[in-house]
Amino acid sequence: MIKSLKIAVIAVALSVAGFSANAATLDDVQARGELNCVVTTGLAGFAAPDENGRWDGFDVDFCRAVAAAVLGDGEKVKFVPSTGKTRFTLLNSGEGDILFRNTTETMSRDADLKLTFLPINYYDGQGFLIRRDMGITSASDLNGASVCIQTGTTTELNLADYFRANGMSYEPVNIETNEEGIANYSGNRCDVYTTDASGLASTRAALDDPSAHVILPEIISKEPLGGAVRHGDDQWADIGKWVVNAIINAEELGVSSANVGEMCAAAGDNPSINRLCGTEGDAGSWVGLDSKWAVRVLEQVGNYGEIFERHIGPNTPLALERGLNAQWTDGGILYAAPIR
Amino acid sequence: MEQAAYKPGEHPDLPPPSDTVGPIAWVRANLLSSPTNIVLTVLSIWFLYEIIPATLDWAFLDAAFTGESRDECRAKAGGACWAFIGERFNLFTYGFYPADERWRIDLAFVLLCVALLPVLWDRCPLRKYGLYFACAFPFVAGWLLLGGFGLTPVDTDEFGGFMLTLVIGITGITFSLPIGIILALGRQSDMLIVRVFSIWFIEFFRGVPLITLLFVASTMLNYFLPTGTTFDLLLRVLIMVTLFASAYMAEVIRGGLQALPRGQYEAADSMGLKYWTSMRLIILPQALKISIPGIVNTFIGLYKDTTLVIIIGLLDPLGVGRSSLADTKWTGLSNEMYLFVAIFFFISCFGMSRYSLYLEKKLATGHER
Repeated sequence: MIKSLKIAVIAVALSVAGFSANAATLDDVQARGELNCVVTTGLAGFAAPDENGRWDGFDVDFCRAVAAAVLGDGEKVKFVPSTGKTRFTLLNSGEGDILFRNTTETMSRDADLKLTFLPINYYDGQGFLIRRDMGITSASDLNGASVCIQTGTTTELNLADYFRANGMSYEPVNIETNEEGIANYSGNRCDVYTTDASGLASTRAALDDPSAHVILPEIISKEPLGGAVRHGDDQWADIGKWVVNAIINAEELGVSSANVGEMCAAAGDNPSINRLCGTEGDAGSWVGLDSKWAVRVLEQVGNYGEIFERHIGPNTPLALERGLNAQWTDGGILYAAPIR
Repeated sequence: MEQAAYKPGEHPDLPPPSDTVGPIAWVRANLLSSPTNIVLTVLSIWFLYEIIPATLDWAFLDAAFTGESRDECRAKAGGACWAFIGERFNLFTYGFYPADERWRIDLAFVLLCVALLPVLWDRCPLRKYGLYFACAFPFVAGWLLLGGFGLTPVDTDEFGGFMLTLVIGITGITFSLPIGIILALGRQSDMLIVRVFSIWFIEFFRGVPLITLLFVASTMLNYFLPTGTTFDLLLRVLIMVTLFASAYMAEVIRGGLQALPRGQYEAADSMGLKYWTSMRLIILPQALKISIPGIVNTFIGLYKDTTLVIIIGLLDPLGVGRSSLADTKWTGLSNEMYLFVAIFFFISCFGMSRYSLYLEKKLATGHER
């Protein structure tokens, strides 16, 4: 029922998206004075409200960065919590201006759901979490296992592909949210929990006895996670794209929230930094913003490394390594287009 | 022997035999009256023995009530971590409402109790004035919660937690009863258009799941309305929930109307009463009285259905709880969260149920056998 409903909703969404796509999202957002950002209803490290109701997390910081660039204040964000099923409808129907919801970029989402993806801000891959006492050390031994799987996600499709390609069968235990996944897995209602490796790390840390569980070595998919906007407003897509690029470039150039004031005070010797700071050329005007757009982003949110360290890095309960998400100069694959 | 001291017929009553009164007799009659009952009693005692100490231990004896994170809880105790609920209590109660303005919610809640008292209790002092206030309450509460006219405006997307449940539940309950009555009367009306409209309305809203209506409210309406019109999400949800509950309410009340003997309608007609007068004075008081269990049933169902709004991204207590569990400090405490939310819903729903029993008893006019 839910599934057919989802298809119906998406079908209608698609058929009318062309008409409702608003040409000037930037004007709307600035007139409203608030950015509507679609986030998850809760995923450790990526988006969750704190005890005062303030949203916080890796994805949330990208929302705040866009708000800082567009509105001048990273606090002027209205968060629209969404489940895996509702996220694209919320974006396409105009409830959200932009989406940062640990969402995998795929061709069907890009072309068929009429989304424009922003640069990848987190390279993830799907893994398996399993109880150590089951004695399984490789995903290829999982034949016949019951698997907790979030519906409406790419992980659901990857799982089916992986088991089919290896001639194995599994019993899906369908869940809606990561929190439900933890509850089902720790209640032994499934043998295996599968989701993106970043999610598995936080899930394992949340279990009563983390050492009794292992994450299997296989990573069965590519999950390039990025933000998205709806089709039909290229200027708005450019703003999202270059805010993300600025955050990544800033780390590469060594500009952080701590030194941005000093480095951007006046034009220096490094033309790349000058262009980022708006002290040379006027990159902001190309996307309809003022010249200090990136400075505000860095002052209020920080560069990629700072965002990573703050929410999901080695010093947080998630304890994720940079790995693929290190700068290309440090052996990762984070490689942002230059601002010029 | 002193027996002879009594005249015939004047012997004082002797106490009943000791095995027919007191706790022992109660146990024998209720717990051990037959072999089946003995087996069931033993099984139940064993079951309680297994459950209660473990539950008490988890919930109270070995529970941590203070702490800054789950790890601190773990270090202190092996059971529940109530510090999580404690830290998040304001979020559970007020949602994302600005901290400085939360007194407005408290005040609205106190006024709600003041408004409900004369409505629910017919011997309340100054009841007449109380009822006037109850009629004005929705506007007062709307003003307090939304702001404007001297108060800082607060957007409805900052509503959340128990406060959101109460707003949706109480609005739905308040408006679904009168709309339901009108629909029920409309369905029985002799006027074709009114009847067809009522039937269509009731069947449509009963035939569509609430989730679908909520989806329509949250996403589809934006496609149908002209671009640029924004129409508050919470208001859309309130309208859908109210219409949905009204359709059910109409059918419950129609049951009550049909249970009345035909003579009541004829008697009202023969007195020369007009339609609305006869409904107000004769038919509806009886029909509603018969329908009380069904009406309260619908209320409770509606109240619990408010948790569905999480699907469209409104954060009711369950939504707040789920998001809170995603905070890296507190992940994995779902038992505590669900139990806490369950207690809140149980208190509200059990309260409604007990009130309906009280009302039925008060209005009973001796038709029971």
